[in-house]
Amino acid sequence: MDITSDIHSQHISRQFNQELDELKTHLMAMGGLVEKQVQDAVGALLDRDSELGQRVVDNDRAVNDMQIKIDEECTQVLARRQPTASDLRLVLAVIRAASDLERIGDEASKIARNAIDLIESDSGNRGFVEVRMISEHVRRMVRDALTSFARLDTELALKLVHEDDEVDNEYGSAMRSLMTFMMEDARSISPVLSVMWILRALERIGDHANNLAEYVVYLVKGLDIRHTDPEDLDKDMFERNP
Amino acid sequence: MPLVKEQRSSPDSAAIIDFPPEASSLAIRGLSLAYGDKSALNNLTLRVPRHRVTAFIGPSGCGKSTLLRVLNRLHDLNDEVVREGEVMLEGEDIHAPEVSVAELRRRVGMVFQSPNPFPMSIHDNVAFGLRLQGGLSKRKRDDIIEWALRSAALWDEVKDRLRASAWSLSGGQQQRLVIARTLAVGPEVLLLDEPASALDPISTLKIEELIRNLKSHLTLVLVTHNMQQAARVSDYTAFLQQGELVEYAPTDTLFTNPRLARTENYITGRMA
Repeated sequence: MDITSDIHSQHISRQFNQELDELKTHLMAMGGLVEKQVQDAVGALLDRDSELGQRVVDNDRAVNDMQIKIDEECTQVLARRQPTASDLRLVLAVIRAASDLERIGDEASKIARNAIDLIESDSGNRGFVEVRMISEHVRRMVRDALTSFARLDTELALKLVHEDDEVDNEYGSAMRSLMTFMMEDARSISPVLSVMWILRALERIGDHANNLAEYVVYLVKGLDIRHTDPEDLDKDMFERNP
Repeated sequence: MPLVKEQRSSPDSAAIIDFPPEASSLAIRGLSLAYGDKSALNNLTLRVPRHRVTAFIGPSGCGKSTLLRVLNRLHDLNDEVVREGEVMLEGEDIHAPEVSVAELRRRVGMVFQSPNPFPMSIHDNVAFGLRLQGGLSKRKRDDIIEWALRSAALWDEVKDRLRASAWSLSGGQQQRLVIARTLAVGPEVLLLDEPASALDPISTLKIEELIRNLKSHLTLVLVTHNMQQAARVSDYTAFLQQGELVEYAPTDTLFTNPRLARTENYITGRMA
């Protein structure tokens, strides 16, 4: 059966409701912080603000701390409550989601470090257009993934799974045009490589957002759609949940 | 061990798993039961797979113990009980007039919540059923007693004091003694009604380990309030509510992704 967003607050034990509620709240807070980290990392590059970049690098520690806190809370719920069914799926989804958010945080930090290098070497803005475009796309994906998690909205989650393919395509064509820059001008190799690392990090963020969306489907429908071809997904969901 | 091949019946009962007759030990069809005018079971149809552990779970008064008791005709002596429908054990109707209740209870053994050893020695408790059957040499009988105590994972703890009173054993040991007594007469099915609810956690784990080992040659049916226990030991779980079979599925599925909201609410401790 599909679950609805109020399902985790209907236990006979109010304490249990509260514990599950806190898990969700803390995950959303972590999501908010991570979203901001990505935004600031890209902003540091585009606005040539290395101070902002350094703040992103420093803040990564806060993201890591949040993951550890969430993991501890999940461990407590597993040990004390032995959750089943949708409660169990919530705890598993939160553990996995926190892990992906932490890695989005790592990617943001990577982007910020490369941005600082680029700003300090003062080497023009080749590839910035591509960074802007792809970063807007993946930031929207992260935001939508968190929204779909908060609302248990599988339609929105499934849309994201398809969107990841678009990001991969955009990433591919951006890499090709950056390659041309490097071939044309050997002096541009070092800065363009930094931009490539940034694009690579953004593409990975898209993958993590995609994972978050998959956990939403698992949480709501109990279906594990990891490693399923997006083309087969819609058909699959319909067949298994008529 | 390969899983029993599953087959689903009509789409209306998609939440109820079915098994092919040749893989089933017990088949219950259209079973209803009432105590006077109070209905306890309402038109239950299900099969219990052979050499597997099947758990019945549900809130108090849902009929799970009543169902278990029907399976070895414990209601026979209660004049108030009205029963409809049939229970087949290996294809034979257990309520048929030619069936001997004593023989049925040999084939379908039962273990209750509180251990109930007889007021006699450990040895004599296990020998009791064998003596009733008669026709065995003392030597043969002692062999069976050792086998039964070993099967019940009690032999090593009692082999040096078989003549001691059964009452000298701890609660967990008494429960395993009762299981040995049941095993001695060679049952095909073992019914367990809250077999560990009066025991400490270590004894409970021993009983659960025993259940796992016994399924190599027995069909086990377990009734329990302890859902974690059902999740730990059973292969299939049936959820009953107000005398109806709500959902019956592989335990793996029922505890992670039940099909029906009623099941979900019960196993996760939500208000109905």
